[in-house]
Amino acid sequence: MQETLQKDSVTQYSKDDFSSDQEVRWCPGCGDYSILAQTKKVLPELGIPREKIVFVSGIGCSSRFPYYVNSYGIHSIHGRAPAIASGIKLTNPELKVFLVTGDGDGLSIGGNHLIHLCRRNIDITVLLFNNRIYGLTKGQYSPTSEKGKITKSSPYGALENPFNPIKMAIAAGATFVARSIDREPKHLAETIAEAAKHKGTSFVEIYQNCNIFNDGAFEQLTGKEKKDHIVIMEEDKPYIFGTNNDQVIDWRDNHFYREKLDSSKSYINHTPNKKRDAIEFALAELSDNPELPTPIGIFKRTNEETYDGLLTKQVSDVKEKLGNGDLNKLLFSGNTWEIK
Amino acid sequence: MTVKNTVKASEKKQRITIRFAGDSGDGIQLSGGQFTNTTALFGNDLSTLPDFPAEIRAPAGTLFGVSGFQIQFSSTDVHTPGDEFDVLIAMNPAALKVNLKQLKQNGIIIVNKDAFSVRNLKLADYDQNPLEDRSLDGYQVFDVPITSLTRETLVDTSLSAKEKDRCKNFFALGIAYWMFTRPLDTTLRWIETKFKSKPDLVEANSLALNAGYGYALSTEIFTTSYHIEQAKVEPGIYRNITGNEAIVIGLITAAKKAGMELFLGGYPITPASDILHYMSRYRNYDVKTFQAEDEIAGIGAALGASFAGALGVTASSGPGIALKSEFLGYAVMTELPLVVINIQRGGPSTGLPTKTEQSDLLQAVYGRNGEAPIPVVAAQSPADCFNAAFEAAKIALKFTTPVLLLSDGYIANGAEPWRIPDPDNIPEIKIQYAESNGEYKPYLRNPDTLSRIMSLPGTAGNEHRLGGLEKEDISGNVSYDADNHDKMVRLRAEKISKINTLVSSPVLDGESKGDVLIISWGSTFGTIKNAVEKIRENGNSVSWYHMRWINPLPPNLSEFIHNFKHVLVPEINLGQLIKIIRSEYLVDAKPFNLVRGLPFSTRDIINAYYSITGK
Repeated sequence: MQETLQKDSVTQYSKDDFSSDQEVRWCPGCGDYSILAQTKKVLPELGIPREKIVFVSGIGCSSRFPYYVNSYGIHSIHGRAPAIASGIKLTNPELKVFLVTGDGDGLSIGGNHLIHLCRRNIDITVLLFNNRIYGLTKGQYSPTSEKGKITKSSPYGALENPFNPIKMAIAAGATFVARSIDREPKHLAETIAEAAKHKGTSFVEIYQNCNIFNDGAFEQLTGKEKKDHIVIMEEDKPYIFGTNNDQVIDWRDNHFYREKLDSSKSYINHTPNKKRDAIEFALAELSDNPELPTPIGIFKRTNEETYDGLLTKQVSDVKEKLGNGDLNKLLFSGNTWEIK
Repeated sequence: MTVKNTVKASEKKQRITIRFAGDSGDGIQLSGGQFTNTTALFGNDLSTLPDFPAEIRAPAGTLFGVSGFQIQFSSTDVHTPGDEFDVLIAMNPAALKVNLKQLKQNGIIIVNKDAFSVRNLKLADYDQNPLEDRSLDGYQVFDVPITSLTRETLVDTSLSAKEKDRCKNFFALGIAYWMFTRPLDTTLRWIETKFKSKPDLVEANSLALNAGYGYALSTEIFTTSYHIEQAKVEPGIYRNITGNEAIVIGLITAAKKAGMELFLGGYPITPASDILHYMSRYRNYDVKTFQAEDEIAGIGAALGASFAGALGVTASSGPGIALKSEFLGYAVMTELPLVVINIQRGGPSTGLPTKTEQSDLLQAVYGRNGEAPIPVVAAQSPADCFNAAFEAAKIALKFTTPVLLLSDGYIANGAEPWRIPDPDNIPEIKIQYAESNGEYKPYLRNPDTLSRIMSLPGTAGNEHRLGGLEKEDISGNVSYDADNHDKMVRLRAEKISKINTLVSSPVLDGESKGDVLIISWGSTFGTIKNAVEKIRENGNSVSWYHMRWINPLPPNLSEFIHNFKHVLVPEINLGQLIKIIRSEYLVDAKPFNLVRGLPFSTRDIINAYYSITGK
């Protein structure tokens, strides 16, 4: 290992310290710009030296991300970022590892890797940019495209049911699951910051507009009437929303219902830190229900043992039990005999 | 049991090959392993071949359920487990039927007579009992009621009938120990350790072993025991080792000598899984093993580990290597060190998972999109896997490149004595990392090796990005420039050719001109060595060149390859190395191929020699 030069005060970083010298080459108006800007804003706040940060991505528009962040980075191959990121984190647990992926990269070609990353709870922060389309290959339907969607590869309408990334991440065992939107910069920055601070696999789905191939995919959630369609989940608060803050969703009979806010009534509060699987899933399903608002914020945040933590502990436990590995012992183990 | 004090003859033998065979549940591999350990400690040279069905527990008594274990041991050098055997120990009719054709004339057959029931004979497709119809005339048959003798031995133990029957392999082993004058103590000690928590099993298995030995000693059925003297081999400390064990130890040694952690990203696959099993035991050697969700994630995690400063390793077999191919190209582009092990098996597709083959050579050398040169090194014997693995790791680290290490099912599971090197005499692998200076250029190269000078995450000021897009020379920035691409494609190829500055060419065995040059690679080493010795004993001339690195090709081969009337390339495939030889050296080499899922026999090679020379 090399000697590491630490900045005396990592808080001195500004957002520009995390800009690489590479020209950003996304289409003008792409939602990715906002995500990059908010991420670079959050990074100095984490108090982590730049050289200890690694961004890993797969393939797709989103996956160009590491080139634009001045940290260590890997632009890997399609769908496989979780594998590389896992190897990096398990080798050097001191590194802060971010994984940037998209709906095609993370949920289609790399779906298997992503669920196993969540299952293992390796301390990696996943930012999944969901624009519901394949952008880099110029406009085919993706695993999150709505059923019936007309695209270049589905001229008569896509026949598939879309994935719900939040449900998938919760089911797979991610210990931090959240959603935000490219057009909500403040909320996005806060969500990324919370995800980055979490110990364990943190998964953030970011709704992101592709203004070239799927413009307006999230228009309801970003347009003038957005407040009627979004509910911002806040810890220990009821799910109040609406342009006039007069709507609420409440949990009854194992379902969420929408109703007009009645200040004399009490409603269920948002408790992402308690393991309440039914509620987490029900919240995740709201985005599929046109009658109900789409939740953004943190769905789940629990403290559980991480794979990297357990591995480090296992290595030191075995060393304590068997002693530090010694090549003489390794080579001369088993039944040996001497020929003179 | 009739016990008489019989005077027994003792005959000296130079070399013996024994085949243990029975149902896959009969403990054949265990008996073979015990016989091997005892023989190794006794001081004979040896070579083994486990041969088991792909099914875990095939139906008892069937022909396809027969599991075998073969060992050749000698007072002189042993290069292979032997083509034909002197002794067949068959625990049922199916085991007899499957193996009889490889037993030498007048060879010894020890059978468990109790297993020759009507039902078992039928399962083995015998119309008549071969023990009774004189079809085994011409062999020395010892039909011993092993099951009932074992039960009798264990009559006073508390074991159930089924448990007693499970001890019968130790009874059979006891007979073999007497017949070949082996001591019992190694196996008795093993039984004690193995069944430490079950004293009744320690007692029963020890009784069965002793009883088998005593039976052979005291009954008049067995008249002759054989004595095979210690082999005269190079002085040193030895242990018996399989190819897969040797790979694991070789890689851990390399990681220690390079002062780094070892990270294995693996996924279960026959016959490579043992590498994952063995490796996972060595946490205290800074070995991290990661059983990934699939083959792709296995190599991906290993490559991530390499980026972070570990020696990244992944191990698989042909179908798994196919899945890893995209990552191999990525490792070429990012120029990260990585060791990729292919324990070849019969293909294509799922093929013959438990059988051996050499048919992944072209996959290893060429099987990627784009111009993606990867060094390829092939191990030649179980013990040699240590050196091959160490060298593969050293080259991967020194040249910042993925390296493919080829082994196969034959040497992966086979074992032989290994003269253990003194770890203090193994040189360190020195790796140069970039200094922390804020001017880091990820694709700046070491002028001697053309390797990248890496900088590990955690090094302040050297933050940089790697990726699969084409890189600009030196800066490593993404580049679509036409001339730059041409330059980089050539640089990556040139780097691989530079490996020859660090590895030595094989030495030609024989004259540098003549009638026949045999060129071979990988696990055929032992068989071809035998064949070459036999050909020369018969007064014929042959030169032999056994390749280690297939990419880059060894520089000395071109010095003599054109000096021979015939060039013969035997391979367990339909001709893969020969395509490279013919195209690179423009020589009219002739192939010899058998693709039966089995190693060549010595006779196969000798016949190929005579057929090419017309002698």
